[in-house]
Parts: sequence; structure tokens; C-alpha cells
Amino acid sequence: MARKKRRSMLYIPGNNPAMIQQAGVYGCDAVLLDLEDAVALNQKDAARILVRNMLQSVEFYDTEVCVRVNNMHTPFGLADLEEIVPLQPDNIRFPKTESVQDVKDFMKEVRRIEKEHGIKKPTMTIHVMIETAKGVANVYEIAGADPRIDAITIGGQDLTADMGIVKTPDGVGIDYARKRIVMAGKAHGLDVLDTVFADINDEEGLREETEYIKKIGFAGKALINPRQVDGVHEVFNPTENEVRKAYRVYSEFIRNKNAGIGVFAIDGKMVDAPVVQRAITVLEYANIDLKEIEESVAS
Amino acid sequence: MTPKFKAQAGTFESSDIMVLIEPVSEETGRQIDISSTVMLQFEEDIKNTINQVLDDLDIQNVHLIAKDKGALTPTIKARVEAAVKRSLGIQEGTM
Repeated sequence: MARKKRRSMLYIPGNNPAMIQQAGVYGCDAVLLDLEDAVALNQKDAARILVRNMLQSVEFYDTEVCVRVNNMHTPFGLADLEEIVPLQPDNIRFPKTESVQDVKDFMKEVRRIEKEHGIKKPTMTIHVMIETAKGVANVYEIAGADPRIDAITIGGQDLTADMGIVKTPDGVGIDYARKRIVMAGKAHGLDVLDTVFADINDEEGLREETEYIKKIGFAGKALINPRQVDGVHEVFNPTENEVRKAYRVYSEFIRNKNAGIGVFAIDGKMVDAPVVQRAITVLEYANIDLKEIEESVAS
Repeated sequence: MTPKFKAQAGTFESSDIMVLIEPVSEETGRQIDISSTVMLQFEEDIKNTINQVLDDLDIQNVHLIAKDKGALTPTIKARVEAAVKRSLGIQEGTM
């Protein structure tokens, strides 16, 4: 099965019914129903109840659904888990993760709730957010702290606040953190997802930032407005030339593999495992079924 | 259970519903006042949904005022539940 795309993950305030009920039609790869920073302190209860009801009723189509709960060190974190975990959204996003112990404490509660509700084969995965200097320092251990973690993400606004710096459009203050988080995530085979781009009117700035984070290894980006979805997808989608090249590489790979040949050349350039892996990634982003290529080569 | 405090949940935004709860004395029963932008088509549905949540939470005596702006059923359920829980003092919130 092709790996799930996470080019665009759109934050939706958990207390906004109009946006939640439309979440499945924005065209983003994933929606992040937010119980944390997008909800006022005196509305945490109402948002939690609303998200729980919406998860049971709203059609999200093939959009991945993630719920960002409050940190376990707040009065709201455990209450969020009690309401949301039994419904098994695709993922839960755990903010301000600073240590392996944070992950252990959080997962202990997740597993207890699943057990209490008789969920024997949980499907929900975990996204951990790195938003403090301490979290960045511990990120490699955090990324490997539990087998249900399948993505790691950077929270740029909170991180710059924790570092006592201003988040600038060039992102220079969080560049080290971005790269360190990418390496930690890649080392554990996780999707690594970037922080939001706050200026919804700066389409060029969003494009430049997305091109940069794609180059350094991020699989996608968190968004705060549906208007940002298309711009981010354009950057992450492969070009026609890239797709044609990848198709050729994968076809030749299958043909040579069937003939028992491991390394081969196309147009005088060696094709080995990393080149094939890159081709597979391009084909998956282009929604091309690898099985169909394999069958067409075999026939 | 009987509401102890005045409470509210929801907003006047489109697709939402504002629910206000006023405590009443025992044996008063339920008084539900609804106003909605889709009153003609959905008044009965809204009332049924509200009653279903009040049944689930075992609330027999209450004055509930609902100002609806086209909320879907899960939103109505959520706002009634939040308002009732706030009025029972078992959940934080406004008013």
C-alpha cells in the first residue's frame, strides 16, 4: 500500500463547528482538530465535547484526521484523552513533548483508556510535537520512544518563544531545530512535518518556505487556512518530467530485478537502491500504482 | 439531576447554536424555547435532539433557550451537553 501523503495538515479550531463540518472538503491531506492553542481556556470543555460529537458524525472522506490534545501537564490533557481516545481518530498529536518520560506518561494513559474501552487492536498513531529547546535536545530519543509514533513535528511559534527569539520570515532562528528534528525523524523512519506559516496573505513567502522545508527533508507542512492548501501541494507534487523519469526508473528496476540484475544504468547513469527509492516516492506522490507498473513490465 | 446554575454554551456564529440553561424548581418539567434560522423546516428535529441529550443526562426540570444558526445535529448535541454540564457545576465554562 502506498504511504499516506501528509503534504498539508490543516489546523481547525476545535470549537468551530462550521469549519469542522467542512473539514473533509478542503482538499488537504489531513486535518488537525485543535483542542490546544486554538481554543480559549474557558471553552476547553465545549471544544472537547464538540470534537467528540463531530468525530462520530461528520464524513471526512479520505482526509486523515488528527486531534491535537492539550499537554498532560495542564488540567485539560487527561480529560481530552478520555473523550478522544475511545473514538480512535487516525492520530493524536501530543504537544510540547520534551522527554521520553513525557511520551511514556502520555502513552500509559492512552493504553489504559483503550483497555478500558475494550480496544484490542488500536489503529490510532501518535504525532509528537517538539516545541521547546529541551525537546529539540532530546528529539532523537523522543522519536524512538514508542512504536506507535509515526510522525514528528516542529512547533515554530512556541519554540521561538521558548528560545526568547522572534520568528523571522527567513526562519533562521529555528533552522538548526528543523534539521535536527528531520534527522531524528528519518533515523526512526517517521514522517517529519513542518510548522505553520502564519501570514496567510503572503503566498510567495509560503511557497519559498515550503520549497526550503521540502529540500531539507520534511514530508509536509501544517497550515492555518484552507487558502494555503493548493500552494503547498504544488510544491510537493512532482513535475511531469519527474514522474516520467521515475516511471522509467521503476520499470527498468522491475525488468532487471526479474532478470536477476541488481544494479543497472539508464542513459549512462547508474541506478541503485537509493535512486529506485526516490523514484518510488515520486510515483507515490503522483498517485501511480506500483503494482500496475509491475504487471505491465511482466506482461 | 437538576441544573444548579445559569449556564451557556455555543455561539451566534453560522452553523452553531447558543444554548442557555436556567435552573427551575423541582416538578416544573422541561421548558424548551427555540428560535432558529431554519425554524420552519427543522424545529421538531432540533427539539427532538435537545430532548434526547436531556434524557441521556437525566435532566427533567430545566428551562432551556436555544438560538440556532443552522447547526448540524452533532453540534446541537455538543452544545446542549456542554451547557448542561456547566449548569450542573461538573465542567468549567462561561457564566
